[in-house]
Amino acid sequence: MASYLVRRIWQMLPTLGGVILLVFFLFKFFGGDPAEVLAGQVADKQQIEAIRSQLGLDQPWWVQLGVFLKQVFSFDFGQSWMTREPVSSIFVSRLPATLTVMVPIIVLEVFLAIPIAMYVAYVRGSLADRAIVAACVVAMSISFLVYIIFGQYVFGFLLGWFPVQGWSDHFLTNLFRYAPLPVMLAVFVSLAPQTRLYRTFFLDEINHDYVRTARAKGLAEPVVMMKHVLRNAMIPILTNVAVQLPSIFVGSFLIEVFFSIPGLGREVFLAVNRSDYPVIQAVTVYLAVLTMLINLGADLLYKLVDPRVELR
Amino acid sequence: MSAVLEPNAGAPAVARSPGVWDAAWLRLKDDPVGMGALAVVLAFLTLILASVLGFAAADWEREKGVPYAYPFFAGDRENVEAQAMQGIAIGKDRRPIDISDVDPLAPKYREWAERAAKLSLIDPPRLATLPAGGDRWGRDVLAKAIKGTQISVLVGVFAALVATLIGTLLGAFSGYFGRRLGDLLEWVYNVFTAVPTILLIFAFAAVFGRGIGTVILILGLTGWTGTYRLVRAEYIKHASREYVRAAHAIGASHASRIFVHILPNVSHVVLVQLSLLVVAFIKAEVILSFLGLGVPIEMVSWGTMLGEAQNELITGKWWQLAAATAFMAMFVTAFSLLTDALRDALDPRLR
Repeated sequence: MASYLVRRIWQMLPTLGGVILLVFFLFKFFGGDPAEVLAGQVADKQQIEAIRSQLGLDQPWWVQLGVFLKQVFSFDFGQSWMTREPVSSIFVSRLPATLTVMVPIIVLEVFLAIPIAMYVAYVRGSLADRAIVAACVVAMSISFLVYIIFGQYVFGFLLGWFPVQGWSDHFLTNLFRYAPLPVMLAVFVSLAPQTRLYRTFFLDEINHDYVRTARAKGLAEPVVMMKHVLRNAMIPILTNVAVQLPSIFVGSFLIEVFFSIPGLGREVFLAVNRSDYPVIQAVTVYLAVLTMLINLGADLLYKLVDPRVELR
Repeated sequence: MSAVLEPNAGAPAVARSPGVWDAAWLRLKDDPVGMGALAVVLAFLTLILASVLGFAAADWEREKGVPYAYPFFAGDRENVEAQAMQGIAIGKDRRPIDISDVDPLAPKYREWAERAAKLSLIDPPRLATLPAGGDRWGRDVLAKAIKGTQISVLVGVFAALVATLIGTLLGAFSGYFGRRLGDLLEWVYNVFTAVPTILLIFAFAAVFGRGIGTVILILGLTGWTGTYRLVRAEYIKHASREYVRAAHAIGASHASRIFVHILPNVSHVVLVQLSLLVVAFIKAEVILSFLGLGVPIEMVSWGTMLGEAQNELITGKWWQLAAATAFMAMFVTAFSLLTDALRDALDPRLR
C-alpha cells in the first residue's frame, strides 16, 4: 500500500512538470506582452521598460522559467496585476463560496440520479423508460444558459421565491437563502446526462448471471436491485463522480457569473477578461495538482468498494 | 438454375457480402428515429448552405421593423420602445433651455445645422410586426436565428474537425509506434487531462484573444483527448493483427499501414467521436459567445442571441430567447439522436 502510494505520487511529477511547462510557454510565447497589458494605453516606452525589468521580462526565458518554478513550489504567485490582491488570498477567500454552491449540487445530483436511473433501467424498454430517455435527450440539447436565464426570470423575478442574485458574509444565510436557486437549476440541468449515463451502468449489471441467480434463489426484487445490482453499479458511478470532482473547485463558473457569487470560477473568468495572468496561471497549475490527487484518492476508494481490485 | 452462362458474367457469380459502410447504412435505414434525425439534420444543413451562399438571411443586419417589433400573431399590442423612438425623432431639434451664453459650443451649432441639412437621411418605413419579432434595433429575429445557426453549427463542425484530426493523428502514432513516441504522447495526454477542461479553455482564451478562428482553434486544441484515447486503443489492438503483419510482409510502409490499412478499420470510432464533439462544441461555443469570449460582436450566433435575450426577458420580450432556443434544441436533439443511431449502426456489438 505504502509503496503503491509512493509510486503513484512519483508518477505525478512528470505530469506536473508538463502542466507547468504548458502554462509557462503558453503565456510566454502566445500571450500578449504583460508589460503592455500592465502599463495600460497611455504608457511611454520608458514606463514599459521599467515594468519589464520589474517583472524580470528582460531576462532570458530559462531564468523566467526558474522564477515561475519557484513561484509554484513556494505557493507564492505574488499579486494579481489588476487588483493587487495576493493570489494566495484569492484562493482562500473565493473557495468557500464555490464549495457552498458546488457540494450541495454534487451530492443532490448523485442521490437523485441513482434512484431515477435504477428505476429506468429496471423498467427498460417500457413506455416510462423510453419517455424518460427521450426527455433526457431533449433536455440535454437546450443550452445551460437558457435554463439559468429562464429560471432566474421565473423563480427570482416573476414568482419572487428566491433572491435573483446576491451573496452575504454568513455561511447559513448563503446556504439557505442565496444558494438554493443556483443549486436547484444546476441539479436540474445535470440530472438528464447523469440519469442517461447511470442507466447504462445499471443496464450493464442487470443482464449479468449473478442477477439471475439471485432471482432464482427467490430473493425479493428490492433486495436484488439494492444489494446486488446497486453495489456493482457503484463502481462506474464512483469513477464518474471522481472524474467530476476536480471541477467543483472552479465550480460551475456560469452559475457564479449569473448569480454574482464571489467564487473561484467567477474570479478566473474575470481574470481572463482583464488579462490577469498570475491568477489564471496559479489556478491552472494548482487545480491540475488537485485533479491528480483526487484521481489517486478515487483509485484508493475502489479498493474499498470492490475488494477484487488489485492496486498495482 | 441452369448450366448456361450469362452473357457478360466474367467472374463467378459470388454473392458479395456488403462492406462495413453498406451494412451500416442498411442498419441505419431500419432505424426510424435515426432516419428522422438524419432528415432534420440534412434540412438544417441545406438551410446553412443557403445562408452561406446568401439565399437566406442575407439581410439579417437590416433594421426592418420597429425596435422590439412583436411577432405577427401578437402584433396589435402597445409597443413602448417603438413609441419612445418616434418621440425622440420628433423632438430632436427642440432645445429645452437656452444656455448659449455659457455653452462653448454655441457658435458651432448653426454651422452643424447647415451641414446636417445638406445630408438627407432616408428612413424607410418600419414594419410594426415581423414574422418572429424584432430585436432592439428592429432586426428580424428569424433571419438572425438562421444566421446564428450558420455560425454556431459551422464553428462546432470545424472545431470538431480540428480536434478529431489532432486526436486521430496523435492516437494513431501513439498506438502504432508505441515505445518512446507512445510514452511521449501519453505524457502530453496526461498533461492535457490533468487540467479541468474549462480552465484549459480559459487559459487558451486569455492568451489567444477573441474571434471565430480563435474559438475553433481553442476548442480544437483542448478537445482532442477523448478521441486520442479511443483511437490509440484501437491502433494498439490492430497493429499486431494478421492483416497488418501481412501488409508489412508485402512491403507496405509505416505510413501506408497506418493510413491505408488500419485507418479504414477504425474510422467508425473516429466518425462517432466527431459527431459527439460537434454537439459538445456547439454547446461550448454558445456559452463562450455568451460570455464575450467567442464570436465577435458584429457577428450573430446562438450564444450572442441568448446574451441579448437575457435583458429582454425582464421587459417581456421573449421571442429572441424562444427563437434561439428552438433552433438550437431542434438541431442538437436531431444531431444527438443521429449520433446514437450512427453508433448503433456502425458498431452493432455495442448494443
